[in-house]
Amino acid sequence: MIPASFEYVEAASADAAIAALTEHGDEAKLLAGGHSLIPLMRFRLATPGVLVDIGRLDDLSYINDGGDHIAIGALTRHRALETSDMLAAEAPLLRHVASQVGDPQVRHRGTLGGSLAHGDPASDLPAALLAMGGSVVAKGPGGERVITADDFFTGFLETALGEDELLTEIRIPKAGGAGWSYQKFNRRAQDWAIVGAAVQLGANPGVALVNMGPAPMRAGGVEAAIASGSSAADAAAVAAAGTEPPVDLNGDEAYRAHLARVLVERGLIEAQT
Amino acid sequence: MSSVGTPMLRKEDPKLLTGEGKYVDDIQVAGQLWMGMVRSPYAHATINSVDASAAAEAPGVHAVYTATDLLGMGLWIGPLPCAWPVTPDMVNPPHFPVADGEVHHVGEIVAVVLADDRYRAADAAELVVVDYEPLPVVASVADAVADASMVHSSLESNKAYHWPLIPDPDALEAAFANATHHVDASFVQQRMIPSAMEPRGVLAVPSPHGGDITLYSATQVPHILKVMVAATTGIPESKIRVIAPAVGGGFGAKLNVNPDELLAVTLANKLGRPVRWTETRSEAAFSTHQGRGQNQRIELAADGDGKLLGVRVHLDADMGAYMMLITPGVPLLGSFLYTGVYAVPAFGFTCDGWFTNLTPTDAYRGAGRPEASYAIERAMDILASKVGIGPDEIRRRNYLAGGEHFENLDVPSTLTFDSGHYGPSLDRALELAGYGDLRAEQQARRDGGSTKQLGIGMCTYVEICGLAPSRALGGLGYGAGGWEHATVRMLPTGKVEVVSGSTPHGQGHETSWSQIVADKLGVDPADVEVLHSDTAISPLGLDTYGSRSLAVGGVAIANACDKVVEKAKLIAAHSMEASADDMEFDGGMFSVAGSPDKAMAIQEIAFGAFTAHDLPDGMEPNLQEQTTWDPPNFAFPFGTHVAVVEIDEDTGNVELQNYIAVDDCGVQVNPMIVAGQVHGGIAQGVGQALWEGANYDEDGNCTNPSFMDYLVPSPTEMPNFTLDFTVTPSTSNPLGVKGVGEAGTIGSAAAVINAVCDGLSPYGVTDIEMPATPQRVWRAIQDGKGGAS
Ligand SMILES: Cc1cc2nc3c(=O)[nH]c(=O)nc-3n(C[C@H](O)[C@H](O)[C@H](O)COP(=O)(O)OP(=O)(O)OC[C@H]3O[C@@H](n4cnc5c(N)ncnc54)[C@H](O)[C@@H]3O)c2cc1C
Repeated sequence: MIPASFEYVEAASADAAIAALTEHGDEAKLLAGGHSLIPLMRFRLATPGVLVDIGRLDDLSYINDGGDHIAIGALTRHRALETSDMLAAEAPLLRHVASQVGDPQVRHRGTLGGSLAHGDPASDLPAALLAMGGSVVAKGPGGERVITADDFFTGFLETALGEDELLTEIRIPKAGGAGWSYQKFNRRAQDWAIVGAAVQLGANPGVALVNMGPAPMRAGGVEAAIASGSSAADAAAVAAAGTEPPVDLNGDEAYRAHLARVLVERGLIEAQT
Repeated sequence: MSSVGTPMLRKEDPKLLTGEGKYVDDIQVAGQLWMGMVRSPYAHATINSVDASAAAEAPGVHAVYTATDLLGMGLWIGPLPCAWPVTPDMVNPPHFPVADGEVHHVGEIVAVVLADDRYRAADAAELVVVDYEPLPVVASVADAVADASMVHSSLESNKAYHWPLIPDPDALEAAFANATHHVDASFVQQRMIPSAMEPRGVLAVPSPHGGDITLYSATQVPHILKVMVAATTGIPESKIRVIAPAVGGGFGAKLNVNPDELLAVTLANKLGRPVRWTETRSEAAFSTHQGRGQNQRIELAADGDGKLLGVRVHLDADMGAYMMLITPGVPLLGSFLYTGVYAVPAFGFTCDGWFTNLTPTDAYRGAGRPEASYAIERAMDILASKVGIGPDEIRRRNYLAGGEHFENLDVPSTLTFDSGHYGPSLDRALELAGYGDLRAEQQARRDGGSTKQLGIGMCTYVEICGLAPSRALGGLGYGAGGWEHATVRMLPTGKVEVVSGSTPHGQGHETSWSQIVADKLGVDPADVEVLHSDTAISPLGLDTYGSRSLAVGGVAIANACDKVVEKAKLIAAHSMEASADDMEFDGGMFSVAGSPDKAMAIQEIAFGAFTAHDLPDGMEPNLQEQTTWDPPNFAFPFGTHVAVVEIDEDTGNVELQNYIAVDDCGVQVNPMIVAGQVHGGIAQGVGQALWEGANYDEDGNCTNPSFMDYLVPSPTEMPNFTLDFTVTPSTSNPLGVKGVGEAGTIGSAAAVINAVCDGLSPYGVTDIEMPATPQRVWRAIQDGKGGAS
């Protein structure tokens, strides 16, 4: 419960943060809302030598209309997402998913960028990004690049971000009124999902699963089944195909696979109505 | 106007709610050293060597002591105390604050770092290198019973004791021989992590010139701690002052004498510097005792109508690695309650205590009694289904005194229940629940093939409170009495100081005691100051646990007030030149019978007692009286709880939809405080039923030591509770009070699991292990349906 000692650097700008990352290499960790990193540090599961605090970079906190997409600054708090009128109109799934994260305290601190960069398969927001077909903008010493959600989540707490890269923006294609649903199965209001399913229908239907493998993932079989016109029940039947769910006190593989089918079916039905 | 019976706002709350309350961790003293504990990651291992050299060199480190160092320093004259040797031959391996060559549970202390602050202490503790030789682990009661390997290498068996209570073995035998219906059920009381809001903490401050030591501890039991510190360290009791400042909950987990406390006291004494420690949350799962941990088998014998003929119980109780203060006695506290609220002609109870390589168990809210209530109330539901009648009917048929009011009734478990009246509590609870409608809706859902099943469960519990008549404790082999002390002092200005030996840690004693005193002395409750929890201010006391504060401590205060009034009456009579026999006392005023115009306020008399200018001949000055109340009997609160759950067949999720509690704790001093206790108690019992439980792997590691995985329910998961009360005064004390601190917990786990099993009955499910997690429920449904879906 007491972290190992570390140096603290407050970054004055995105570029300053990147410079600090470059200087300190794998010793350094970015600190945004701190609501994933600090718990890890308190368990001494993470022992960064230098914390580069980007929590005060207000210019990276915004929700803008980008034409065909919504552009969201990486430092945007979950609370800003769940109360955004623009998201209500253009990306309602993301807005709703944000409202399902933790409790109000967590949502006032946690950032969208932090949640995605953490790459936790049990987190809610990565599933929304996947289901909505979003992408992220990464900025490093050599400039910016855009990474699609599909390419972003690479493993357990691992992403495509380089050690010296900062996630600056998240881009969500406008949903255009597509049906959506988020099914989060947990035991207490503030808990992570035991299993979750994010669904967005429309032209490019997306179905993503929470806590069903080492990384946030799509349910590709379900997406294909919907595309070929299967019923919700039939599509959901393949929800667990290709998953490697974790085993813990909340559930073993068989139970999680079952939950994935139940939640995807519920999600598809809700999204259709 | 009477204050007792009104929902007066709690006096202590403004301070606590605005952060003004000082907990141990808030108290800072100059020159303090922080202890950082090096704890064993193994449940059972030999310590080959400890290398503290790197830690000793770390910044801010004052000293590092290995267990060998500490044991060689002559800090303790004896091991940690177990005050309850339940049998003469109970096995009790020596338990020192640090491991002596062999560790017996994860978290046992093997070295201690002393550093300038807690962060450096934690950093340095990581640098201590310990070489362990792992030994076979006894990771469950089942392992212990198998006796294949020993929890302590020195043991010949893991069994610590065998304790029987079989008043009439022949009658018991006959009851089962003659039975038409026979229930034979086994239940597991999982281990519970107590999770008080404030973690444990300790600060030992030696006086600069040596000799005296002040121990601040987040404890429920400053008085017991003081005696035990003296007994284990050899520091004269008269030199030890224990202060329990604001204490944020305990639930039994702060009713102990812990390694950290004894380390802090003795190291502070040795070094002449203040020494402190505050538990981290993850540490708490290993370093603070846990609750429950019993495998229960209960058998019922009943006639064709479901009338009980006999109850037979056997427990295998998990002691953990060591006997703590009352570890062995906890299951026995429940022994007398396995017949519940029922007329049971024949009874037999046996308990085997087993060591395991797990954190020791000890008292946890209800301590033995929730376990008993759970077993009998679960078994009654099973009996009801065997007989083919409803759970309400099986209870009515068996209530003591036919559900009618009774007083001083002998029950077969050898106790005498003070008073009871069970029928009305069941009637009222069912009425509030809308029982008939619920059953109709349940049936409609079943008929309609709904995947959301309704389950309705009930429990009529009885508990033993007011611990305890000292003689009864003596008979059980407990190492102390059960009295409580009080001093009531009227100050010259007419204010009242009450000194109580009962030590609150969230219960609102200051408020309740003020209300009692206000009525007894006819003063404003705001004029009453309650002093407690500091052995220098309140030297005599036996502290707070077992729902004893009001029924023992509160009664002591009332009695002391009576003595104050008696003395004041003599002074009043003297002043008014009347006979004491003619004096009347009402609303704080003394008057002479028949001439109400002549009157004196008790405050005036208090001032006269202080000046002592004109007291009756031979009377001592001042208006101050003390009493010690040793109750003649326990008190037996009771009540009926009804839980309504909705079970999602697809996910196995159980949602508690409604909860009705009709409790009877006798006369109520402050109904708001009573309701608060019932609320918290219910949540805690529901927590055991649906959410909580320390889980261990085969190596004896707790796999859910943090609040991320050990699920304590929050208010969001609780429905609005519907509370009501009946009032059946106790005959055990002059106030007619019983106690309510544990009632909610004692009634709720059984009510909830009965509801879950009721809801699952269409699938042929008859039992579910606690906590009834969605996965367990789903699996039970699948098994009932015959195969996974
Ligand atoms: C009690 C509690 C309950 C929670 N419940 C949930 C829940 O139900 N569902 C859920 O999804 N989450 C939950 N969370 C996690 C919460 O949403 C976190 O806030 C979020 O996952 C991480 O965001 P952060 O801003 O706090 O990131 P931080 O903790 O500051 O950082 C997380 C990681 O991302 C990196 N990082 C942060 N920002 C950037 C960036 N811009 N570019 C590159 N790397 C970056 C950091 O270096 C770090 O490795 C909970 C947290 C707590 C404490």
